[in-house]
Amino acid sequence: MLRFIVRRLLQLIPILLGLSLLLFAWLRALPGGPAQAALGERATPAKIAEYNETFGLNESIVVQYLKFLGRAVQLDFGTSTRTGRPVLDEFLDRFPGTIELTVAALVFAIVIGIPLGYVAARRHGGVVDNTAIIASLLGVTIPVFFLAYLLRLLFAVQLGWLPGSGRQDVRIDATHITNFYVLDGLLTREFDASWDAVLHLVLPGIALGTIPLAIIVRITRAAVLDVVNEDYVRTANAKGLSTSVVRRRHVVRNALLPVSTTIGLQTGLLLSGAVLTETVFAFGGVGSALRQAISDRDYSLLQGFILILAVVYVLVNLLVDISYGLLDPRVRTR
Amino acid sequence: MTVTTPRPGAGRRDRIDELAARAGQLSDGDGGESLLRSAVRRLRRNPVAILGAVIVVAFLLVALFAPLLAPRDPYAQSLLSEVRQGSIPGSRDGYLLGVDQLGRDVLSRLLYGSRQSLLIGVVSTVLGAVLGMALGILAGGLGGKVDTVVMRFVDILLSIPGLLMAISISVLLGASQLSLMIAIAVTQVPVFARLLRGSMLVQRDSDYALAARALGVRRRRIVFGHVLPNSLSPVIVQATLSLATAIIEAAALSFLGLGDPDISRPEWGAMLASAQSVLSIRPELAIYPALCIIVVALGFTLLGEALREALDPKFRR
Repeated sequence: MLRFIVRRLLQLIPILLGLSLLLFAWLRALPGGPAQAALGERATPAKIAEYNETFGLNESIVVQYLKFLGRAVQLDFGTSTRTGRPVLDEFLDRFPGTIELTVAALVFAIVIGIPLGYVAARRHGGVVDNTAIIASLLGVTIPVFFLAYLLRLLFAVQLGWLPGSGRQDVRIDATHITNFYVLDGLLTREFDASWDAVLHLVLPGIALGTIPLAIIVRITRAAVLDVVNEDYVRTANAKGLSTSVVRRRHVVRNALLPVSTTIGLQTGLLLSGAVLTETVFAFGGVGSALRQAISDRDYSLLQGFILILAVVYVLVNLLVDISYGLLDPRVRTR
Repeated sequence: MTVTTPRPGAGRRDRIDELAARAGQLSDGDGGESLLRSAVRRLRRNPVAILGAVIVVAFLLVALFAPLLAPRDPYAQSLLSEVRQGSIPGSRDGYLLGVDQLGRDVLSRLLYGSRQSLLIGVVSTVLGAVLGMALGILAGGLGGKVDTVVMRFVDILLSIPGLLMAISISVLLGASQLSLMIAIAVTQVPVFARLLRGSMLVQRDSDYALAARALGVRRRRIVFGHVLPNSLSPVIVQATLSLATAIIEAAALSFLGLGDPDISRPEWGAMLASAQSVLSIRPELAIYPALCIIVVALGFTLLGEALREALDPKFRR
């Protein structure tokens, strides 16, 4: 097992190096280069020259890359042009929000997706099955930001049932220890604040969770259909096990393996910044900051965020991989 | 509808390889009937395929004949006195679906928009497929060190989530229709590369390739004459599915302000994005282009899924 983990970690190195090289090149290829990116569009030539001198941008490109890499390893991603704060601090302030949103979206997708996929497979070819297929196809084709706007318009603006923007009501003066608002409320025993944060997660969670939901329904359905035709299910039935035992122990358990793979893959994608959903709901996470950085041309922030998010994505996928190594010994030998 | 269930522990990379390997089992003959013919036969009997094809063909016809179908000039702003902030008139004589916030005929813009949206979808998919296939052929055809180097590069591209990559490229190239298409194409490149390479690896080890090699046929001829044509089916399926993704992704980039800066040009993604500001007054202005996107994406997805089913050996009978 240890060898498997070490091997996977070693495989990460070329990918991370390549990523850093790509993003290093990206910032340099931008019109105006890194100095302009850091100083903004109205920087004077004198300022740019000064900046280039201070940050060693007149040195050879190899030396520059190595220095960039050295800083990145120490988690120094420069400062945001707009706020002047370190990019890492900006990221850490906002990432808890994105994690909460991801969890909300996954809970929505899993709680509805797995039972729906299972029922669809049990009623293969029936009304439920066909409805589930059509709905899941719609789920992947509907533009996420459009769905987000519709949900917001209907449930927040017109019906007023749920909050439609932000992470917490501005009138609530909550103490934030971890920046996980739901958790903070529980820690400080301000349960109202916690509940309010949960309510703020409902609509964005549904919007963000639709695509994973659609995918989970389809994978669960396909997996159950695959498994019910397996020999071991026939054997279990033949030896007289009750239907519910066969379903619970043999069908569902085996069918859930591919489903959990899918969930793992989706987690990485969701964490990598729900740019569209967060923008619509003005949700103070990583995604809305990215959107803001695009319009502000805050390139240092963009570079840092994209680099960190790509690393998070790679690491989450690695964790998912390793957890299967634990679950399923067959995976380790590959 | 078929879905390939992922193996436990399979990452995005492994899933692509798996699709390629599945399709690789195709070349075995089936009672003398050619693969293509049997696929077409099954497609014609599959209602899903027919529905998908009908949708796609209908939209292609609309795009082709948009100037004949559109009742008005999609760029012309009519000076209706009611068009002002806070009120946009709906359907009326001569304006079947009403006008937008600048007094332009919505129906005509939707019809003309099909041209732009399909163009973006097709160009970016073709570009992505061609670049990806070039890498795939390099890796799968030459093997060895070339394969290792190319695939490491492809894996790096795969490790960046698609939307983030598209954003980075759009920012780099500046907002324009061309950079939008390039950005979407680049996100597709690694998928096509890995898919074709995987599919070619299976074919390269097949008996007929071995026989050709034993007969002394040159490598280039084996790769381009035998291995490549037999490896294309998963690529075709992927391209059909990618068309849907490309159109949706173009809308997302437009929404983020990275689309075509010429906002007067009718395009569904841009129409949808610009209608968000008047969503509470006239939600239809967003709903119409969104429906177009959903339906056309659905058409390509249905067609792609049906193709996959038709080309999948598991379903041959």
